[in-house]
Amino acid sequence: MSAAPLISVRALTKTYDLGETQVRALRGVTLDIMPSEFVTLTGPSGSGKSTFLHLIGCLDRPSSGEYLLAGQHVAALDTRRLAGVRNRQIGFVFQGFNLLPRTTALENVELPLLYAGGVPARERRERAAAALAAVGLGDRVRHHPNQLSGGQQQRVAIARALVNRPRLLLADEPTGNLDTRTSIEVMGIFQRLNESQGLTIVLVTHEADMAEYGTRTIAFRDGLVRSDVPVVRRRTAAHELERVAGDAEAA
Amino acid sequence: MSFPMTVVVAVKALGRNAMRTALTALGMIIGVAAVIVMVAIGNGARASIERQIRSAGSNVVMVNAGSGGFGPARQGQGAVTTLTDADAAAIRERVAGVRYISPALNTRTQIIAASANWNTLVQGTSEQLVDIRSWPLEYGAFFDASAVRSAAKVAVLGSVARDQLFGAGIDPTGATVRINNQPFRVIGVLTRKGQGAFGQDQDDTAFVPYTTVQKRLLGVTHVSGITISAEDGVPLERVAAGTADVLRERHRLSGGEEDDFMVRTQEEMTSMLTSTTTTMTYLLAGIAAVSLIVGGIGIMNIMLVSVTERTREIGLRLSVGARDVDVLTQFLVEAVVLSLAGGALGILLGGAVSYAVTALLQWPASVTPQSIALSAGVAAGTGVFFGFYPARKAAALDPIEALRYE
Ligand SMILES: Nc1ncnc2c1ncn2[C@@H]1O[C@H](COP(=O)(O)OP(=O)(O)OP(=O)(O)O)[C@@H](O)[C@H]1O
Ligand SMILES: [Mg+2]
Repeated sequence: MSAAPLISVRALTKTYDLGETQVRALRGVTLDIMPSEFVTLTGPSGSGKSTFLHLIGCLDRPSSGEYLLAGQHVAALDTRRLAGVRNRQIGFVFQGFNLLPRTTALENVELPLLYAGGVPARERRERAAAALAAVGLGDRVRHHPNQLSGGQQQRVAIARALVNRPRLLLADEPTGNLDTRTSIEVMGIFQRLNESQGLTIVLVTHEADMAEYGTRTIAFRDGLVRSDVPVVRRRTAAHELERVAGDAEAA
Repeated sequence: MSFPMTVVVAVKALGRNAMRTALTALGMIIGVAAVIVMVAIGNGARASIERQIRSAGSNVVMVNAGSGGFGPARQGQGAVTTLTDADAAAIRERVAGVRYISPALNTRTQIIAASANWNTLVQGTSEQLVDIRSWPLEYGAFFDASAVRSAAKVAVLGSVARDQLFGAGIDPTGATVRINNQPFRVIGVLTRKGQGAFGQDQDDTAFVPYTTVQKRLLGVTHVSGITISAEDGVPLERVAAGTADVLRERHRLSGGEEDDFMVRTQEEMTSMLTSTTTTMTYLLAGIAAVSLIVGGIGIMNIMLVSVTERTREIGLRLSVGARDVDVLTQFLVEAVVLSLAGGALGILLGGAVSYAVTALLQWPASVTPQSIALSAGVAAGTGVFFGFYPARKAAALDPIEALRYE
């Protein structure tokens, strides 16, 4: 590979100090992720996947080691600049959606633009509406989260993560709360974003088949990288959906 | 986040818990209303005292017998008998700048007319009192110097006394009334002057020559006070000092002895009375301020609850790029919006209560722009002060901890 990596971590560790005991959640992770990769992180519960994602998402700081995001040393940034990085370069999708209750889908999606500064109200609305349309929710802009299905809520969260056009999308078990069919639809959205816009995606999942939607799978164990392999037989959402539909008919 | 947007977000957040917001604001509303009403009542009292003193005449120096109290109306049991009309004559003669002078000797008694009787303050004065107080007549004329010399049984009625004895608007001149079982001829009625401070009705009175009060009503030779009005441009202090010199000499008081009279200028009386009411105003405002602080603590309490409840929301905002200042201002603006809204309603409520006090209790409560500005300022200040701690707590949250919070 010739291009510069988007994410470059060296000997990254994270230790939680609980007073009596210390939890070594990450024990020295070294890896590079290139632009336009679709990386899936797998591994048993407690292996450090979420911790790793939070570190590369600039939501938390490592205990030691180096992290370069697009060639920039993140450790050197103060909290204010980190907020800017989270705002402009990274989009985050959580397992629990984390939408603001009693707030419309459109306003939820607008949120990152409010903190971007200098985006006029009209442009905010247009971009939020466009992001919602891109995840197939153009007709649900006025709905509140409690008026949407789980899959729809997660799509609102994806639209929110994308509205400020980040280079990197991080998702922590985004399909963990969804049924199979809806999960495949959501993975389809990720695949489309990755292929059509070259968006770099790092996605945590503990379902083996979900890991096969990406281009590369990294398995964690006990805070270390156990394996790091390209996906050989990649699943595509369109194909899987047909298969699921076929199974349903057969049954 | 832009400031207008922050305000919009704050208003929405407050609207989500409308009942809680209303109850929290209530503390502020009551606090601000209390300040407005208390200051209005205090100001009203001061204004009416000033008005009353002014209506006693301009450029006035008052002398009272004894060494305490104020106002020529001081009289009654145990009245000090050190002042006489000869003192008044000496002051007239020897103190420069005296324009009008009137001894004063009052008594409260029953006046009996043909078809009614009425208990009122009968004020004994010289013919010059009407000039000292520049008080025009509605009917007839004030008594003259010869009436004073002869201790004539003539009376000039205040408008309220006339209303009670003869009926409103009647011209009673020429009629006879009985005071202490003696017939007095009514020779005039004064125009209406209106109410003094604290419901004292200046028109509920009758004027007769002071000599008449001395000889025919009380049987004494002293007077209780002397009212002097100075010529224009003459400093009142100089008239007061000259008066005191003359009286000390006439009363043969040696260097170490205390005055057996009291000389006060109108300004001194005004400032003395107003300083009392100012103290009262501050006291009332202070009590009201306590309720403002209580309201502020209520706001702080609810903001702390709100920060805790919305920890995940804060975490989410941080994760999509909110800076700590964004979170700080969001909660601070919420607190200020809450306290300002409470303050605005409090001002309206305070204004309404002040109006009701004026209308129902005849107490001249006056809401001033200053007290409104003060309350608004204090409300905003309270919001910032009591909102800062919870807001800082919110801003100090760690994004990932906040997102994890349950
Ligand atoms: N805030 C924290 N304080 C203390 N220990 C923590 C904290 N967060 C995570 N840990 C510990 O760090 C280790 C890694 O946790 P992490 O959440 O990264 O696991 P994970 O791989 O995401 O697991 P899962 O698949 O269950 O989500 C675990 O042992 C966990 O108990
Ligand atoms: Mg996890």
